[in-house]
Amino acid sequence: MNGSTIIFYLLAALTLTCGLLSVSTRQIFRAAIYLLFSLVGIAGIYFWLQYEFIAAVQIVVYVGGIVVLIIFSIFLTQQAGEKLAKQKLDRKIFSALAVFCGFALTMLQVYQHDFNIAGTTAAPTVGDIGRKMLNVNDEGYALPFEVISMLLLAALVGCIVIALRASPNPSQGGALKASDKKDIHLNP
Amino acid sequence: MEPGLYHILFISAALFFIGVYGFLTRRNLITMLMSIELILNSVNLNFIAFNKYVWPDKMDGLFFTLFIIAIAAAEAAVAIAIIINLYRSHKSIDVENAEDLKY
Repeated sequence: MNGSTIIFYLLAALTLTCGLLSVSTRQIFRAAIYLLFSLVGIAGIYFWLQYEFIAAVQIVVYVGGIVVLIIFSIFLTQQAGEKLAKQKLDRKIFSALAVFCGFALTMLQVYQHDFNIAGTTAAPTVGDIGRKMLNVNDEGYALPFEVISMLLLAALVGCIVIALRASPNPSQGGALKASDKKDIHLNP
Repeated sequence: MEPGLYHILFISAALFFIGVYGFLTRRNLITMLMSIELILNSVNLNFIAFNKYVWPDKMDGLFFTLFIIAIAAAEAAVAIAIIINLYRSHKSIDVENAEDLKY
């Protein structure tokens, strides 16, 4: 029982406990904070697995980006202090039963399968990741890299158009909205 | 016992089903989005675990994880834009109240 094992079990306990609390608490701001701790726990597991680059990306994008975005939207749409509506008990019981059966079935299949666990090799360095990501030759990931940059651009433009506030002047509302959308529309 | 592949698969499966439970029981759209983020993170953990323990000389799982993180960020942004738009017209983000297209 060395330190590495203890740290792993602590991280696993943090992740699962905060995940459970995040889906069951009735206060929405606390759910966001529990989600934050759960994602930090998962980043800790990535650090324990010696995949430091993925852990850093997880902290920067998920914890520092998505959870902050969720907290922004909580403050923009409702009071953070109000309690959420109480869910019907039979719905909770049926969901818990279905989820527990699914989990038991999955773990049964996983434990019965023999994976070819290979010997320990060093984790890929950031240089290896970079060389493979921008490689246009065999087994390179340059094409998904470019496609994802287009996806992010589309998501950016889409979010701005969707969340654009309607024109405050009702008499010129139609014309202004149409011209606004025309200005933002990307020319091919 | 030395933590290995099966421990991490247990954690990722548990996290996945916790996310599914949250998605099925929650009525608020933002908490449903949080449950979807838990599901996506469990899938990421699965990819990294298989990359490290079963195919340690390849990097496919790692790249899948990177792209899933990027796609999840884009999807969360679009979902929150839709939620804000829905809140402006309905003054509520309860999923039971978004029934204008219902027969």
